[in-house]
Amino acid sequence: MAKPKVSSDWMAGCAGCHMSLLDMDERILQVVELVDLRSTPITDLKVPDEKGVDVGILEGGINNTANEEVAHRMRSRCSILVALGDCAVFGGVPAMRNFFTIEESLRRAYVETESTEPGSKIPDDPELCVPTRVRSLQEVVPVDIFVPGCPPDADTIFYVLSELAQGRRPVLKGDKLSWQ
Amino acid sequence: MVTQKITIEPVTRIEGHAKVTIHMNPDGKVERAYLHVNEFRGFEKFCEGRMVFEMPLITPRICGICPVSHHLASSKAGDELYGCPPPRTAVLLRELMHMGQIIQSHGMHFFELAGPDLLLGFDADPAIRNVVGLIQANPELTVKAVNLRKFGQEIIHTVAGRRIHPTFSVPGGVNKTLKTDDRDYILANLDESIATLQVGISIIKSWAEKNREDIDKFAVFPSGYFGMVTPDNALELYDGNIRLIDSQGNQLEKFDGRKYLDYILEHVENWSYLKFPYYKKLGYPAGVYRVGPLGRLNIAEKITTPLADAELKLFKALNHGLPVENTLYYHYARLIEGLFAAEKVRELLDDPDILGEDILNTQKDFKGEGVGLIEAPRGTLIHHYWANPNGQITKVNLIVSTGHNNWAMSNAVDSVAKTYVTGPVVQEGMLNRVEAAIRAYDPCLSCSTHAVGQMPLTIEVMDSQGNLTQTLSRDAN
Repeated sequence: MAKPKVSSDWMAGCAGCHMSLLDMDERILQVVELVDLRSTPITDLKVPDEKGVDVGILEGGINNTANEEVAHRMRSRCSILVALGDCAVFGGVPAMRNFFTIEESLRRAYVETESTEPGSKIPDDPELCVPTRVRSLQEVVPVDIFVPGCPPDADTIFYVLSELAQGRRPVLKGDKLSWQ
Repeated sequence: MVTQKITIEPVTRIEGHAKVTIHMNPDGKVERAYLHVNEFRGFEKFCEGRMVFEMPLITPRICGICPVSHHLASSKAGDELYGCPPPRTAVLLRELMHMGQIIQSHGMHFFELAGPDLLLGFDADPAIRNVVGLIQANPELTVKAVNLRKFGQEIIHTVAGRRIHPTFSVPGGVNKTLKTDDRDYILANLDESIATLQVGISIIKSWAEKNREDIDKFAVFPSGYFGMVTPDNALELYDGNIRLIDSQGNQLEKFDGRKYLDYILEHVENWSYLKFPYYKKLGYPAGVYRVGPLGRLNIAEKITTPLADAELKLFKALNHGLPVENTLYYHYARLIEGLFAAEKVRELLDDPDILGEDILNTQKDFKGEGVGLIEAPRGTLIHHYWANPNGQITKVNLIVSTGHNNWAMSNAVDSVAKTYVTGPVVQEGMLNRVEAAIRAYDPCLSCSTHAVGQMPLTIEVMDSQGNLTQTLSRDAN
């Protein structure tokens, strides 16, 4: 059997879930034996294979139009989609922005902050994505496996990846289900 | 006139979200290249109304690579705001945790993020130009690198109970003492980590010798330099005044960082969600400066630990005592700092007070405003909070490490694009060099986009009518 292809990406999060993945330390060497790592933020392929990957992993919620594209592309190109960490599972800390309007948040950052040049304007170049309400991954695309935690610990991520690599569906319960 | 545009999206092996656009004239020459930092998150707004004591728990979620920096800068702002300076033991423990983070972050960057370019080559096949390719090419070195990062993370875990997003530091001190066994556990793995950092230093030095031409033409430019120092201008990462020097090494300012508003301003460009800080007196862009490892080693006159200090002397000689301007020397500077952090771990653990039990100052003298600064792995981090008498946040201002380097990264992208990218047919390796210019700064765009965060690579060459003339992709197909 060919090694399962795995792609990952990060959206509105902090990269902490990917760092927790690296926190499996020397076991990362086992993981790369078990799976074929395709596009990820720490490799140089930019997007999941057009022909599809077996497992897609997304960290972070969706807070702008660029993240929407990432989520839709990953969903359409992967068989099993994993929401990794609290932000992907339910929005997490970045979703606190929903208590304010996007305009209020942008004004604070680019106009009102004490260290910003007087008279500055909110960036709106067409090259930039447009901020949206912050949503969990499943609000945008269907999700197969939820792995909560901020971040999920390395043992849990290792368990999830090794189960998936061996064609099994990971079941998160007991020690492996942590909301911390 | 027909101009073409190349887009690199996402930029990989950096933290966060960005894209590069390269505008080319009809002769296939680069006119201008831009780094667009493409995310906005809004921490400065949505923390309003939260309690000050929650901030050291909320703000680490700005960045999972350097959560400890935010955790500590936030606690330091809290120390000031509540008027409760921490006891000495708490300061030592915070600094120890911070050194753990410098080691893990710098180690990971060199070996796992930048390493593939240096060890496998800028022009290596993008399908293997990554840490997996590194494992295949040099398993022994990769294991050492993994263990170095593990050592740093284990310091954080041992001191604070958790590797990522710890809950250890609080306004006024910390909430856990260090036991003798914990100290001995860290010490037991220290020598191996120092040895790995020294291997890294020898790798970058021999790489620099073999790639002299790249070193000398890859984004070499003057700027100011900015960062923390001890009272006698030695390298300092936890607490000290800020020193700013000009491109010739002359001191422009040395000031209490809590007064940062008197010295720096942030400029906004319409094409990036990341702001551009600069030295107020010189204006923008004359007052731009660089932070992080290269900036700090340029402003520091010495290092207080022997191995790193010996290496600093060699670093200073690179440009005959003048500030080192080469972007690629960030990698060398980063490893020298890693070595300093490891030596500092020993110094801290040898201090008998590190095992003390007086770890929290509960006497408060409420001020209602506080600024906390720290030298995060990527540069100076500033948290500034205002609160009402209930301790509820009314305003937040954040200036994050990578932000200070925004001008420099943009300039490096433009410079490398002009040096290496030529048309009409653009090679993937040329564009990887543009990305490598960004990588050298080890940007943390989640951090910098606290306010805002995203880096993705498809390269589309378009003509001025928006017609696609060439597509280059790091897609797997």
